[in-house]
Amino acid sequence: MMPSHETLVVLAKTFGLFWMMGFFVIVAVLAFRPSRKAAYERVALSILPGADRPLDDGPGERK
Amino acid sequence: MIRSLSSSERQLGIALSVALALLGLVMLGAAKVGPMAVHGAMAIAVGVALLFALGGGLAEPEPRGDRLARYYDEPTRFGIVMTMIWAVFAMAVGVWVAALLYWPEATPLWPWTSFGRLRPVHTSGIIFGFGGNALIATSFHVVQRTSRARLADSVTPWVVLIGFNLFCLWAVSGYLMGSTQSKEYAEAEWYADLWLVVVWVVYFVLYMRTLARRNEPHIYVANWYYLAFILVVAMLHIVNNLALPVSLAGAKSFTIWAGVQDAMVQWWYGHNAVAFFLTAGFLAMLYYFLPVRSGRPIWSYRLSILSFWGIVFFYVWVGSHHLHYTALPYWVQTLGMTFSVMLLVPSWAAAGNAIATLNGAWHKVRDDATLRFMFVAAVFYGLSTFEGSFLAIRPVNSLSHYTDWTVGHVHSGTLGWVAMIIFGAIYTLAPQLSGRETMAWPRAIEWHFWLAVTGTLVYVVALWNAGITQGLMWRTYDASGALSYSFLQSVMAMAPYYLLRTIGGALFLAGAVICALNTWATMRSARAGAEAHDRPLLPGPALPEPAE
Repeated sequence: MMPSHETLVVLAKTFGLFWMMGFFVIVAVLAFRPSRKAAYERVALSILPGADRPLDDGPGERK
Repeated sequence: MIRSLSSSERQLGIALSVALALLGLVMLGAAKVGPMAVHGAMAIAVGVALLFALGGGLAEPEPRGDRLARYYDEPTRFGIVMTMIWAVFAMAVGVWVAALLYWPEATPLWPWTSFGRLRPVHTSGIIFGFGGNALIATSFHVVQRTSRARLADSVTPWVVLIGFNLFCLWAVSGYLMGSTQSKEYAEAEWYADLWLVVVWVVYFVLYMRTLARRNEPHIYVANWYYLAFILVVAMLHIVNNLALPVSLAGAKSFTIWAGVQDAMVQWWYGHNAVAFFLTAGFLAMLYYFLPVRSGRPIWSYRLSILSFWGIVFFYVWVGSHHLHYTALPYWVQTLGMTFSVMLLVPSWAAAGNAIATLNGAWHKVRDDATLRFMFVAAVFYGLSTFEGSFLAIRPVNSLSHYTDWTVGHVHSGTLGWVAMIIFGAIYTLAPQLSGRETMAWPRAIEWHFWLAVTGTLVYVVALWNAGITQGLMWRTYDASGALSYSFLQSVMAMAPYYLLRTIGGALFLAGAVICALNTWATMRSARAGAEAHDRPLLPGPALPEPAE
């Protein structure tokens, strides 16, 4: 029942190659397309203390 | 814990405590003697203790009415306390077993104090007890802050934390009694493994439900890493621990895997435990606490996404590099080696991203020991991933395998990277959750930092020397083709390095003890009913992403 070594090599050099490279290309395009630049910058800032609300927002001071 | 639960939640807690005690009773009744019976008794003790605590707390006043509009931080506090208890215990065991290698005649006569039983107590205590509690505690904090939503409910965080610590306790006490599956980093027996599956599924569901309630449109990258950690650890744990117990009334079981398939499954698990337990979850900590502490956004958010997919896709293939020159087919070894070398790219992308984030904040790194812990963690992450890729190359492995170089490499990762980022996270969280500006003893953080860095360097450099010396002694031949050194000579040559690693470990332990005392003093000095002084919950539905 074990697939032969040759079968696995063929699979690795065809499907395996396109699967890995294809996935890489998709991720790279989704992460780096210019239209997402502003959204990702906003996300990166969103976790910083005080980044979530305007400065004059109610009582209590922010550090 | 009890004051933060509503009366209906307390009643649910009582029902769960009774169920735990009954489970323990069944285990004790079925096994009668041996590790499983002792573990049943432990479950009864935990269940009854919780029952009394919750029953006694039934009459306590209800928690404040606006609690659902606040973050739920009690589980994080409890998780940090457990993290530090396990750290001190398991590091002390580590120093003890390191000392036994230098003074083997000091081994006591009782079987449960032998090196072979104590060594997995150290490894499981550190990986699961110290690392696991830190991951769970910080993940509860990070998922709430980045989602701006409260944990989905108030009971399951306690099921996760108490259940997980019961697993850790079963594991290490089992090893002392001689109970083991003989699978490295997966030594716990079948019923403990099943218990962990239940706890882990509850954890995953809680995490997903909390994310589903988020008030931020985008899921911050730290959550991706925590989710990869939760999901893949479940997959690894289940597949590697598939076993048939000899009897349902006893601890002993046998794995369903045989021969080299068993070895492959074990190291597929073992290396991905490094990848998804000891890397992915800690990268989540790095991607959250480093920007928060330095006050700077991550240098490239896009690179963090790309390196996330690189790390999760490459890591799952590298396990076979643990089996170079074995009965494993040669091409599988080559596959693991190739992916290990490729893995350096996303690993260094993550390490570089962290260090570039600090550009412009170096004065903070100089002044703030907490941020310095995170900086050193990122540097050691870069160093140990380079070393890992290097050691996975087959001819390099022929020198390094079975030597203490491997042990040095692991400790460069665990002491230099994993523990440092945990300490950085704890020094950030403990004051914040106690409603304070700083830790109780700010100067002690400096002491801890330098003890930790010195201890790590002494330990790692000693074992580099030890490993390379061993590797060379084992492959030195004389003119007639015979080995130049006996195995015993290579053992005796290790003496100075083993003494140094004990000293390095003791320095690191001393720092961890200071951290535990400092954390205790900080939490104790919290004002009554202290709240984390960070941003409030944002009620309402998720905002749509801004149009582009």
